[in-house]
Amino acid sequence: MTTVVRLQDVSFTYPSEEPIKPAVSHVSYSVNQGEWIAIVGHNGSGKSTMAKLINGLLFPSEGSVELFGHRLTEETLWESRSQLGMVFQNPDNQFVGATVQDDVAFALENNGIPYEDMVQRVHSALQQVQMSEFVNQEPHHLSGGQKQRVAIAGAIAMQPKLLILDEATSMLDPQGRREVIQTLQTLRETSDVTVLSITHDLEEAMLADRVIVMNGGEKFLEGSPQDVFANREQITGLGLDLPFAANVAALLRARGLDVPSTIMSEQELVDALWTLNSNK
Amino acid sequence: MDIKLQQVSYAYAAGTPFEKRALYDVDLTIPSGSYQAIIGHTGSGKSTILQHLNAILKPTSGTVQIGDKRIDAGQKPKELKSVRQRVGIVFQFPEHQLFEETVEKDIMFGPMNFGVPEEEALRRAHELVGLLGLPQQVLEKSPFDLSGGQMRRVAIAGVLAMDPEVLVLDEPTAGLDPRGRKEIMNLFARLHREKGLTTVLVTHSMEDAGRYADRIAIMHSGKCVVEGTPQEVFAQTELLEDFRLELPQSVKLQRTIEEMTGHEFPTLYLTEEELAEALASYWTPNGEGMN
Ligand SMILES: Nc1ncnc2c1ncn2[C@@H]1O[C@H](COP(=O)(O)OP(=O)(O)O)[C@@H](O)[C@H]1O
Ligand SMILES: Nc1ncnc2c1ncn2[C@@H]1O[C@H](COP(=O)(O)OP(=O)(O)O)[C@@H](O)[C@H]1O
Ligand SMILES: [Mg+2]
Ligand SMILES: [Mg+2]
Repeated sequence: MTTVVRLQDVSFTYPSEEPIKPAVSHVSYSVNQGEWIAIVGHNGSGKSTMAKLINGLLFPSEGSVELFGHRLTEETLWESRSQLGMVFQNPDNQFVGATVQDDVAFALENNGIPYEDMVQRVHSALQQVQMSEFVNQEPHHLSGGQKQRVAIAGAIAMQPKLLILDEATSMLDPQGRREVIQTLQTLRETSDVTVLSITHDLEEAMLADRVIVMNGGEKFLEGSPQDVFANREQITGLGLDLPFAANVAALLRARGLDVPSTIMSEQELVDALWTLNSNK
Repeated sequence: MDIKLQQVSYAYAAGTPFEKRALYDVDLTIPSGSYQAIIGHTGSGKSTILQHLNAILKPTSGTVQIGDKRIDAGQKPKELKSVRQRVGIVFQFPEHQLFEETVEKDIMFGPMNFGVPEEEALRRAHELVGLLGLPQQVLEKSPFDLSGGQMRRVAIAGVLAMDPEVLVLDEPTAGLDPRGRKEIMNLFARLHREKGLTTVLVTHSMEDAGRYADRIAIMHSGKCVVEGTPQEVFAQTELLEDFRLELPQSVKLQRTIEEMTGHEFPTLYLTEEELAEALASYWTPNGEGMN
């Protein structure tokens, strides 16, 4: 299996007058091609800093970051960047085009994609995020969630190997969020794109192959969603949420109902209640 | 202070080739002391409505009545300062509007601008920092040295410092982590309860709308299409689908369980605690499930 990202003992400290704690501290992990990784953690736990260390906006103070098999340095940065799509928390600063369509086309044009191909990619990307009817609108006149979907379209039009999303769905309405998650799932099935998604959305995290929990700049937990969220006290202790069904199951157990402590999904909870029902 | 929108329509860049209609004949009354949620998919007009609540935007047609101030389309309203003080708006990402050298000055700016004496503004700044769960040391810091979550709280403190009667919140917890979201939503609930602060919340969280609001309005394509209590609004599953909205997670689960058991619960459970309580009593020996 091809390793797309490898972090080895990565630390990073922002330059500052006072001595402060590193924003990222001794973090190691690898991501394989085609994997979907969810990164969760409280505000300030180092998630965005880590994303910037992977896309070369920052370089580690200690340790190394490898992308597509090459150590990320000033020299390899340009090559790696072209295979990397990034969507930030706040899309307002990401717009360059006068219209939605120009904006999505911008990076393609810069990378010398032929016109015919470009037109096709722009339309398909906008369709995937359900923004086709806005092709000729000015990005700045869209409301927040609409902007976010255009930003995602811009990233996927480049057909990147690695897509990094930094809380990209946090401003979307429930259905918009679902559409984007659906888009990511389709992308995963129909391409070998690797997704690294920083999110507070548990529904999204539960769909990932692997979850990494950050705390105070360190990697706190790592594993399948099931394994990670089984650490109920630790997760809530960090101020993070658990899947809704897991919360209801815990409340039911506290009220004396015999439902398994491993419940994570609504389906598992309903099945457990069904068992209780037939034993009644 | 009641706020009443009557037949309010609004177009951005009205009369230019770029005209964009955002509101169509909206009727909405927000009684004094209520907690009103406004939900609706992206672009449905929620933020545009909010900006009418303190006359930042004026209707293209229709009337907005804010307490004793009446704002008619086409007429230049006089003296909006008191309206701006009485209706405090926390915009989306309010931290982008911080600008003073210190947190203390930033919080004091609003009230002093409205003629509150410096001493009183200072007192409020100190009180609010505590209320928002920030350490007193932040008062001397630059707002730009704070974390995103802390900056959000400072910006909220700046609005509360004007001592508004109506607090208007545009997705106030977007981008905060789960603990931050809960703390801030609980703070708004407390201000509403203890100070009788009229609260208007725009949110994408059906759970927050169900848990905190007395009434919910649904916006769709610039129209206010449904208005009612959370019980009334979330009973209309198909209608919600039409408007690209969802049920709160607890109600969704309740519906699945009702389908499975054939048992219909007497009311909607809008929080996970209420749902768990009802399920536990249904499935506990001697509970209603045993009959
Ligand atoms: N540009 C910066 N300069 C100085 N400190 C920063 C900067 N960006 C982030 N930090 C600090 O680094 C830590 C990690 O921040 P960040 O990576 O943004 O966390 P997250 O994305 O998990 O909220 C925090 O303590 C934050 O205050
Ligand atoms: N400054 C603006 N100029 C032109 N159109 C705008 C502007 N702001 C918002 N709109 C448009 O008005 C409609 C309603 O927007 P908005 O009130 O921001 O929706 P919401 O807050 O529900 O997402 C959208 O179609 C949006 O594109
Ligand atoms: Mg971040
Ligand atoms: Mg809005």
